Amino acid sequence: MRQYWWKIVTIILLLYTFLGGLLLEVPRLNILNETIRALYFHVPMWFGMIILLTVSVVYSIRYLKSNDLTLDAKAIEFANVGVVFGIFGILTGMFWAQYTWGAWWSGDPKQNASAIGLLIYFAYFILRGSIENEEQRARISAIYNIFAFAALIPLLFILPRLTDSLHPGNGGNPGFNAYDLDSKLRLVFYPAVIAWTMLGVWIATIRIRLRNLEYKTL
Amino acid sequence: MKKWLLIVLMCITSLSFSQDKIPVTESDYTNSEVPMADKLREDGKIYVLTGIIMIILIGTLGYLVVIDKKISRVEKTLENKQ
Repeated sequence: MRQYWWKIVTIILLLYTFLGGLLLEVPRLNILNETIRALYFHVPMWFGMIILLTVSVVYSIRYLKSNDLTLDAKAIEFANVGVVFGIFGILTGMFWAQYTWGAWWSGDPKQNASAIGLLIYFAYFILRGSIENEEQRARISAIYNIFAFAALIPLLFILPRLTDSLHPGNGGNPGFNAYDLDSKLRLVFYPAVIAWTMLGVWIATIRIRLRNLEYKTL
Repeated sequence: MKKWLLIVLMCITSLSFSQDKIPVTESDYTNSEVPMADKLREDGKIYVLTGIIMIILIGTLGYLVVIDKKISRVEKTLENKQ
């Protein structure tokens, strides 16, 4: 294991996230009750997804500049893990919504937009799978990745804010940054975001190394 | 002058009023009218639950480490071969 210190940090932060997330004190708020602890698990999925997809799009741009296929491999694997996080995010969000908003899917702008965003990324994988030529596949999917990312950002961060939404941070609803002053929630939330993102990076690097091995042996 | 006044007003609204934030206060921590899993914590059963989750988490992370090491090993043998 080359340079493994950050993996140890990931493990420590994740253990802290679970311990702190389950055991530390949280504010007693109506409707949310104990489920406020999902803040440490549901929200970092989306933070992690955005960070991983940003890394992916940076690799895509670098690929287009250099035509280096290893950069293309990195772009696809970071997008892979990012989308897995997004699926976790949407599933945990549905589960949380069932008990706080009253329905699994209420057609909320935030839910719909994130579903559309994920579908755009599913198309990215299908597009990749449908092109035989290696160079062509890398180039076309790199360009698609940039467009997908450019569509995802307004879908998640701008459009839901223009209408009414149940989701915190949208349509006049205060986000969890409403609790900005609350240092007790932040104490676990920030480490949780870092921990989950780093776990995603770890898994992505494993997949990239596997892909490289595959490439070398075939 | 008017321009500056406008900028100051815009800054104020964008910072506080437009956000309409609900602050969490100390009373939110002591408000016993909101039901929480107090019994679970009193019983200490929460530690049983935490223990179970930790075992699975540590196990999964350990498994990830093993996978990581295995890939390192394969990478090394492939390097030696070439």
